[in-house]
Amino acid sequence: MAGGEVLRQNLPEKLEESPSGANELHVLAVDDSLVDRKVIERLLKISSCKVTVVESGTRALQYLGLDGDKKSSIGFDSVKVNLIMTDYSMPGMTGYDLLKKIKQESSVFREIPVVIMSSENILTRIDRCLEEGAEDFLLKPVKLSDVRRLKDFIMRGEVKEGEKRCCKRSRSEDCSPSSMTHPCDSSLLSSLSSSSVLSPLSPSTLSSKKSRL
Amino acid sequence: MDVLQLQRKLREHQAAMLREGFLDDQFSQLQKLQDESSPDFVIEVVKMFFDDSEKLLNNMTRALGQVPVDFKQVDAHVHQYKGSSASVGAARVKNVCATFRNFCETQNLEGCVRCLQQLQNEYSLLKNNLQYLFRLQEQIQAAGGSIPTIE
Repeated sequence: MAGGEVLRQNLPEKLEESPSGANELHVLAVDDSLVDRKVIERLLKISSCKVTVVESGTRALQYLGLDGDKKSSIGFDSVKVNLIMTDYSMPGMTGYDLLKKIKQESSVFREIPVVIMSSENILTRIDRCLEEGAEDFLLKPVKLSDVRRLKDFIMRGEVKEGEKRCCKRSRSEDCSPSSMTHPCDSSLLSSLSSSSVLSPLSPSTLSSKKSRL
Repeated sequence: MDVLQLQRKLREHQAAMLREGFLDDQFSQLQKLQDESSPDFVIEVVKMFFDDSEKLLNNMTRALGQVPVDFKQVDAHVHQYKGSSASVGAARVKNVCATFRNFCETQNLEGCVRCLQQLQNEYSLLKNNLQYLFRLQEQIQAAGGSIPTIE
Protein backbone atom coordinates (compact mmCIF):
# COMPACT_ATOMS: atom_id res chain seq x y z
CA MET A 1 0.00 0.00 0.00
CA ALA A 2 2.35 2.66 -1.29
CA GLY A 3 0.19 5.66 -0.44
CA GLY A 4 -0.12 4.63 3.18
CA GLU A 5 3.61 3.97 3.46
CA VAL A 6 4.48 7.44 2.20
CA LEU A 7 2.02 9.08 4.58
CA ARG A 8 3.24 7.08 7.56
CA GLN A 9 6.80 8.27 7.05
CA ASN A 10 5.68 11.87 7.45
CA LEU A 11 4.26 11.24 10.89
CA PRO A 12 6.90 11.47 13.61
CA GLU A 13 4.22 10.74 16.14
CA LYS A 14 3.37 7.43 14.54
CA LEU A 15 3.83 4.63 16.97
CA GLU A 16 6.67 2.29 16.15
CA GLU A 17 5.68 -1.19 15.17
CA SER A 18 7.66 -3.62 17.23
CA PRO A 19 8.48 -7.01 15.73
CA SER A 20 5.48 -8.47 17.52
CA GLY A 21 3.25 -5.98 15.74
CA ALA A 22 2.18 -4.14 18.87
CA ASN A 23 2.39 -0.38 18.73
CA GLU A 24 5.15 1.09 20.83
CA LEU A 25 5.85 4.59 21.98
CA HIS A 26 9.30 5.74 20.91
CA VAL A 27 10.86 7.96 23.53
CA LEU A 28 14.00 10.02 23.10
CA ALA A 29 15.62 10.59 26.50
CA VAL A 30 18.29 13.21 27.01
CA ASP A 31 20.52 13.36 30.10
CA ASP A 32 24.19 14.12 30.71
CA SER A 33 24.35 11.81 33.73
CA LEU A 34 25.34 8.24 33.00
CA VAL A 35 23.50 6.92 36.04
CA ASP A 36 20.32 8.79 35.14
CA ARG A 37 20.48 7.62 31.54
CA LYS A 38 20.62 4.05 32.69
CA VAL A 39 17.71 4.49 35.05
CA ILE A 40 15.44 6.34 32.63
CA GLU A 41 16.20 3.81 29.92
CA ARG A 42 15.14 0.98 32.20
CA LEU A 43 12.03 2.83 33.36
CA LEU A 44 10.96 3.30 29.77
CA LYS A 45 11.83 -0.20 28.59
CA ILE A 46 9.96 -1.80 31.45
CA SER A 47 7.00 0.36 30.43
CA SER A 48 7.16 -1.18 26.95
CA CYS A 49 8.56 1.84 25.21
CA LYS A 50 11.17 1.91 22.54
CA VAL A 51 14.01 4.03 23.91
CA THR A 52 16.79 6.08 22.43
CA VAL A 53 19.04 7.71 25.01
CA VAL A 54 21.48 10.50 24.22
CA GLU A 55 23.82 12.49 26.40
CA SER A 56 23.18 16.04 25.22
CA GLY A 57 20.78 18.41 23.55
CA THR A 58 23.14 18.62 20.59
CA ARG A 59 23.01 14.86 20.12
CA ALA A 60 19.24 14.94 20.47
CA LEU A 61 18.94 17.48 17.66
CA GLN A 62 21.32 15.43 15.54
CA TYR A 63 19.24 12.34 16.12
CA LEU A 64 16.08 14.16 15.14
CA GLY A 65 17.79 15.57 12.07
CA LEU A 66 17.30 19.13 13.29
CA ASP A 67 20.93 20.14 13.59
CA GLY A 68 20.97 22.01 10.31
CA ASP A 69 22.51 19.08 8.55
CA LYS A 70 19.25 18.20 6.87
CA LYS A 71 19.36 15.40 4.40
CA SER A 72 16.30 16.48 2.51
CA SER A 73 13.93 19.41 2.64
CA ILE A 74 10.88 17.17 2.71
CA GLY A 75 12.05 15.79 6.02
CA PHE A 76 11.70 12.16 5.07
CA ASP A 77 13.33 10.79 8.14
CA SER A 78 13.24 7.30 9.42
CA VAL A 79 13.28 8.77 12.89
CA LYS A 80 9.88 8.74 14.53
CA VAL A 81 9.74 9.97 18.08
CA ASN A 82 6.56 10.16 20.12
CA LEU A 83 7.97 11.83 23.20
CA ILE A 84 11.12 13.63 24.29
CA MET A 85 12.19 13.53 27.93
CA THR A 86 15.06 15.81 28.75
CA ASP A 87 17.01 16.72 31.83
CA TYR A 88 16.99 20.43 32.57
CA SER A 89 20.53 20.98 33.85
CA MET A 90 22.97 19.96 31.19
CA PRO A 91 26.26 21.58 30.18
CA GLY A 92 26.14 23.53 26.94
CA MET A 93 22.57 23.20 25.77
CA THR A 94 20.17 22.98 28.70
CA GLY A 95 16.89 21.09 28.52
CA TYR A 96 15.19 24.44 28.27
CA ASP A 97 17.33 25.42 25.28
CA LEU A 98 16.50 22.11 23.64
CA LEU A 99 12.80 22.63 24.32
CA LYS A 100 12.92 26.07 22.71
CA LYS A 101 14.74 24.78 19.65
CA ILE A 102 12.19 22.04 19.13
CA LYS A 103 9.24 24.36 19.60
CA GLN A 104 10.74 26.79 17.12
CA GLU A 105 10.68 24.19 14.39
CA SER A 106 8.12 24.92 11.75
CA SER A 107 7.52 21.27 11.05
CA VAL A 108 5.91 18.28 12.67
CA PHE A 109 8.82 18.14 15.09
CA ARG A 110 7.44 20.94 17.19
CA GLU A 111 4.39 18.81 17.87
CA ILE A 112 6.42 16.18 19.65
CA PRO A 113 5.62 16.49 23.35
CA VAL A 114 8.65 17.49 25.40
CA VAL A 115 8.90 16.71 29.10
CA ILE A 116 11.49 18.35 31.33
CA MET A 117 13.09 16.47 34.22
CA SER A 118 14.85 18.23 37.04
CA SER A 119 16.13 17.51 40.51
CA GLU A 120 15.33 21.06 41.52
CA ASN A 121 11.84 22.19 42.38
CA ILE A 122 12.15 25.80 41.27
CA LEU A 123 8.82 27.49 40.51
CA THR A 124 10.18 30.02 38.03
CA ARG A 125 11.94 27.23 36.19
CA ILE A 126 8.81 25.13 36.01
CA ASP A 127 6.77 28.10 34.79
CA ARG A 128 9.31 29.00 32.16
CA CYS A 129 9.35 25.49 30.77
CA LEU A 130 5.59 25.14 30.69
CA GLU A 131 5.27 28.53 29.04
CA GLU A 132 7.74 27.50 26.39
CA GLY A 133 5.52 24.54 25.60
CA ALA A 134 6.77 21.70 27.77
CA GLU A 135 4.16 19.04 28.22
CA ASP A 136 5.09 18.34 31.80
CA PHE A 137 7.80 18.94 34.35
CA LEU A 138 8.95 15.95 36.36
CA LEU A 139 10.93 16.04 39.56
CA LYS A 140 13.84 13.63 39.69
CA PRO A 141 14.26 10.89 40.49
CA VAL A 142 11.62 9.96 37.97
CA LYS A 143 9.35 7.14 39.05
CA LEU A 144 7.65 4.31 37.23
CA SER A 145 4.30 5.95 38.00
CA ASP A 146 5.48 9.13 36.24
CA VAL A 147 6.37 7.19 33.12
CA ARG A 148 3.10 5.27 33.15
CA ARG A 149 1.10 8.45 33.52
CA LEU A 150 3.00 10.07 30.65
CA LYS A 151 2.58 7.05 28.45
CA ASP A 152 -1.16 6.90 29.05
CA PHE A 153 -1.45 10.57 28.28
CA ILE A 154 0.51 10.35 25.04
CA MET A 155 -1.32 7.23 23.89
CA ARG A 156 -4.68 8.84 24.56
CA GLY A 157 -3.60 11.80 22.50
CA GLU A 158 -2.69 9.46 19.66
CA VAL A 159 -6.08 7.74 19.74
CA LYS A 160 -8.01 11.00 19.93
CA GLU A 161 -6.12 12.47 17.02
CA GLY A 162 -6.58 9.35 14.99
CA GLU A 163 -10.33 9.24 15.55
CA LYS A 164 -10.68 12.95 14.99
CA ARG A 165 -8.86 12.83 11.71
CA CYS A 166 -10.20 9.67 10.26
CA CYS A 167 -13.79 10.65 10.68
CA LYS A 168 -13.58 14.08 9.12
CA ARG A 169 -14.00 13.04 5.52
CA SER A 170 -15.38 16.43 4.57
CA ARG A 171 -11.98 17.97 5.17
CA SER A 172 -10.01 15.39 3.28
CA GLU A 173 -6.72 17.20 3.65
CA ASP A 174 -6.95 16.71 7.39
CA CYS A 175 -7.71 13.06 7.19
CA SER A 176 -4.60 11.07 7.86
CA PRO A 177 -3.90 7.56 8.95
CA SER A 178 -3.90 6.84 12.62
CA SER A 179 -1.52 4.24 13.82
CA MET A 180 -3.80 3.24 16.65
CA THR A 181 -7.13 2.69 14.97
CA HIS A 182 -8.11 2.60 11.37
CA PRO A 183 -11.83 3.11 11.12
CA CYS A 184 -11.16 4.61 7.70
CA ASP A 185 -11.27 2.64 4.57
CA SER A 186 -7.72 2.09 3.36
CA SER A 187 -8.76 3.22 -0.08
CA LEU A 188 -9.11 6.72 1.33
CA LEU A 189 -5.42 6.69 2.20
CA SER A 190 -4.30 5.62 -1.25
CA SER A 191 -6.46 8.33 -2.80
CA LEU A 192 -4.45 11.02 -1.02
CA SER A 193 -1.44 12.18 -2.93
CA SER A 194 1.95 12.16 -1.24
CA SER A 195 2.13 15.93 -1.43
CA SER A 196 -0.89 16.49 0.79
CA VAL A 197 0.81 17.46 4.00
CA LEU A 198 -0.79 15.97 7.07
CA SER A 199 -2.04 18.42 9.62
CA PRO A 200 0.13 18.14 12.69
CA LEU A 201 -1.43 17.11 15.96
CA SER A 202 -3.50 20.04 17.12
CA PRO A 203 -1.96 21.73 20.14
CA SER A 204 -5.20 21.45 22.10
CA THR A 205 -5.05 17.67 22.23
CA LEU A 206 -1.63 17.39 23.73
CA SER A 207 -1.19 20.57 25.61
CA SER A 208 -3.08 20.01 28.81
CA LYS A 209 -0.19 21.45 30.70
CA LYS A 210 0.53 19.96 34.04
CA SER A 211 2.53 21.47 36.77
CA ARG A 212 4.18 19.85 39.74
CA LEU A 213 3.23 22.70 42.02
CA MET B 1 24.88 -20.94 56.20
CA ASP B 2 21.79 -22.07 54.36
CA VAL B 3 19.67 -20.08 51.95
CA LEU B 4 17.03 -19.14 54.51
CA GLN B 5 19.60 -17.75 56.90
CA LEU B 6 21.29 -15.83 54.10
CA GLN B 7 17.99 -14.39 52.98
CA ARG B 8 17.21 -13.32 56.51
CA LYS B 9 20.60 -11.68 56.78
CA LEU B 10 20.01 -9.87 53.53
CA ARG B 11 16.60 -8.62 54.61
CA GLU B 12 18.00 -7.42 57.91
CA HIS B 13 20.90 -5.68 56.25
CA GLN B 14 18.65 -3.93 53.75
CA ALA B 15 16.29 -2.89 56.53
CA ALA B 16 19.20 -1.51 58.55
CA MET B 17 20.49 0.46 55.59
CA LEU B 18 17.07 2.01 55.16
CA ARG B 19 16.64 2.67 58.85
CA GLU B 20 20.01 4.34 59.17
CA GLY B 21 19.36 6.47 56.14
CA PHE B 22 22.06 5.03 53.90
CA LEU B 23 19.37 4.19 51.42
CA ASP B 24 15.92 5.58 50.78
CA ASP B 25 12.85 4.50 48.85
CA GLN B 26 14.49 5.22 45.52
CA PHE B 27 16.67 2.13 46.02
CA SER B 28 13.53 0.01 46.36
CA GLN B 29 12.23 1.65 43.18
CA LEU B 30 15.38 0.50 41.39
CA GLN B 31 14.91 -3.03 42.66
CA LYS B 32 11.43 -3.01 41.14
CA LEU B 33 13.01 -2.34 37.78
CA GLN B 34 15.05 -5.51 37.96
CA ASP B 35 13.65 -8.67 36.42
CA GLU B 36 14.65 -11.67 34.33
CA SER B 37 15.30 -9.48 31.31
CA SER B 38 17.59 -7.25 33.35
CA PRO B 39 18.73 -9.40 36.27
CA ASP B 40 21.77 -7.32 37.23
CA PHE B 41 20.22 -3.93 36.81
CA VAL B 42 20.71 -2.71 40.38
CA ILE B 43 24.32 -3.85 40.59
CA GLU B 44 25.04 -2.23 37.23
CA VAL B 45 23.55 1.08 38.25
CA VAL B 46 25.35 1.01 41.57
CA LYS B 47 28.66 0.26 39.85
CA MET B 48 28.08 3.27 37.60
CA PHE B 49 27.35 5.29 40.68
CA PHE B 50 30.58 4.17 42.32
CA ASP B 51 32.57 5.21 39.24
CA ASP B 52 30.71 8.50 39.11
CA SER B 53 31.37 9.05 42.83
CA GLU B 54 35.09 8.57 42.53
CA LYS B 55 35.31 10.83 39.54
CA LEU B 56 33.26 13.60 41.12
CA LEU B 57 35.00 13.39 44.51
CA ASN B 58 38.32 13.75 42.71
CA ASN B 59 36.98 16.72 40.79
CA MET B 60 35.80 18.36 43.99
CA THR B 61 39.15 17.77 45.66
CA ARG B 62 40.98 19.32 42.74
CA ALA B 63 38.63 22.25 42.54
CA LEU B 64 38.96 22.98 46.24
CA GLY B 65 42.73 22.83 45.91
CA GLN B 66 42.84 25.64 43.39
CA VAL B 67 43.88 29.14 44.30
CA PRO B 68 41.56 30.93 44.22
CA VAL B 69 38.74 28.43 44.54
CA ASP B 70 36.11 28.60 41.84
CA PHE B 71 33.04 27.88 43.96
CA LYS B 72 30.79 27.71 40.95
CA GLN B 73 32.90 24.91 39.59
CA VAL B 74 32.85 23.08 42.92
CA ASP B 75 29.08 23.54 43.07
CA ALA B 76 28.69 22.10 39.60
CA HIS B 77 30.40 18.88 40.70
CA VAL B 78 28.37 18.71 43.91
CA HIS B 79 25.16 19.32 42.00
CA GLN B 80 25.99 16.40 39.73
CA TYR B 81 26.79 14.18 42.68
CA LYS B 82 23.59 15.16 44.41
CA GLY B 83 21.70 14.16 41.30
CA SER B 84 23.23 10.76 40.85
CA SER B 85 23.05 9.93 44.55
CA ALA B 86 19.36 10.81 44.52
CA SER B 87 18.87 8.56 41.51
CA VAL B 88 20.24 5.50 43.29
CA GLY B 89 18.69 6.28 46.66
CA ALA B 90 21.95 7.16 48.42
CA ALA B 91 20.21 9.39 50.95
CA ARG B 92 23.04 10.29 53.28
CA VAL B 93 25.35 11.19 50.42
CA LYS B 94 22.58 13.27 48.89
CA ASN B 95 21.97 15.15 52.13
CA VAL B 96 25.62 16.03 52.58
CA CYS B 97 25.62 17.31 49.01
CA ALA B 98 22.75 19.64 49.88
CA THR B 99 24.71 21.12 52.78
CA PHE B 100 27.80 21.28 50.59
CA ARG B 101 25.94 23.32 47.98
CA ASN B 102 24.95 25.86 50.62
CA PHE B 103 28.59 26.34 51.55
CA CYS B 104 29.46 26.77 47.90
CA GLU B 105 26.85 29.44 47.58
CA THR B 106 28.19 31.36 50.57
CA GLN B 107 31.74 30.67 49.38
CA ASN B 108 32.64 29.18 52.72
CA LEU B 109 35.84 27.28 52.03
CA GLU B 110 36.10 25.69 55.46
CA GLY B 111 32.54 24.46 55.26
CA CYS B 112 33.20 23.06 51.80
CA VAL B 113 36.31 21.22 52.87
CA ARG B 114 34.43 19.70 55.82
CA CYS B 115 31.63 18.60 53.55
CA LEU B 116 34.03 17.00 51.13
CA GLN B 117 35.49 15.03 54.00
CA GLN B 118 32.01 13.99 55.08
CA LEU B 119 31.15 12.98 51.55
CA GLN B 120 34.21 10.79 51.31
CA ASN B 121 33.25 9.12 54.58
CA GLU B 122 29.64 8.61 53.59
CA TYR B 123 30.62 7.27 50.21
CA SER B 124 33.05 4.85 51.79
CA LEU B 125 30.45 3.59 54.28
CA LEU B 126 27.82 3.25 51.59
CA LYS B 127 30.16 1.39 49.29
CA ASN B 128 31.11 -1.10 51.98
CA ASN B 129 27.51 -1.66 52.96
CA LEU B 130 26.34 -2.13 49.40
CA GLN B 131 29.18 -4.45 48.54
CA TYR B 132 28.25 -6.56 51.54
CA LEU B 133 24.65 -6.56 50.32
CA PHE B 134 25.67 -7.70 46.86
CA ARG B 135 27.91 -10.42 48.28
CA LEU B 136 24.97 -11.77 50.24
CA GLN B 137 22.89 -11.70 47.08
CA GLU B 138 25.56 -13.60 45.21
CA GLN B 139 25.73 -16.23 47.91
CA ILE B 140 21.97 -16.65 47.90
CA GLN B 141 21.86 -16.97 44.13
CA ALA B 142 24.75 -19.45 44.17
CA ALA B 143 22.79 -21.52 46.66
CA GLY B 144 19.81 -21.45 44.32
CA GLY B 145 17.72 -19.03 46.32
CA SER B 146 15.87 -15.88 45.28
CA ILE B 147 16.67 -12.35 46.35
CA PRO B 148 14.19 -10.81 48.77
CA THR B 149 13.45 -7.19 47.91
CA ILE B 150 13.04 -4.35 50.35
CA GLU B 151 9.43 -4.03 51.46
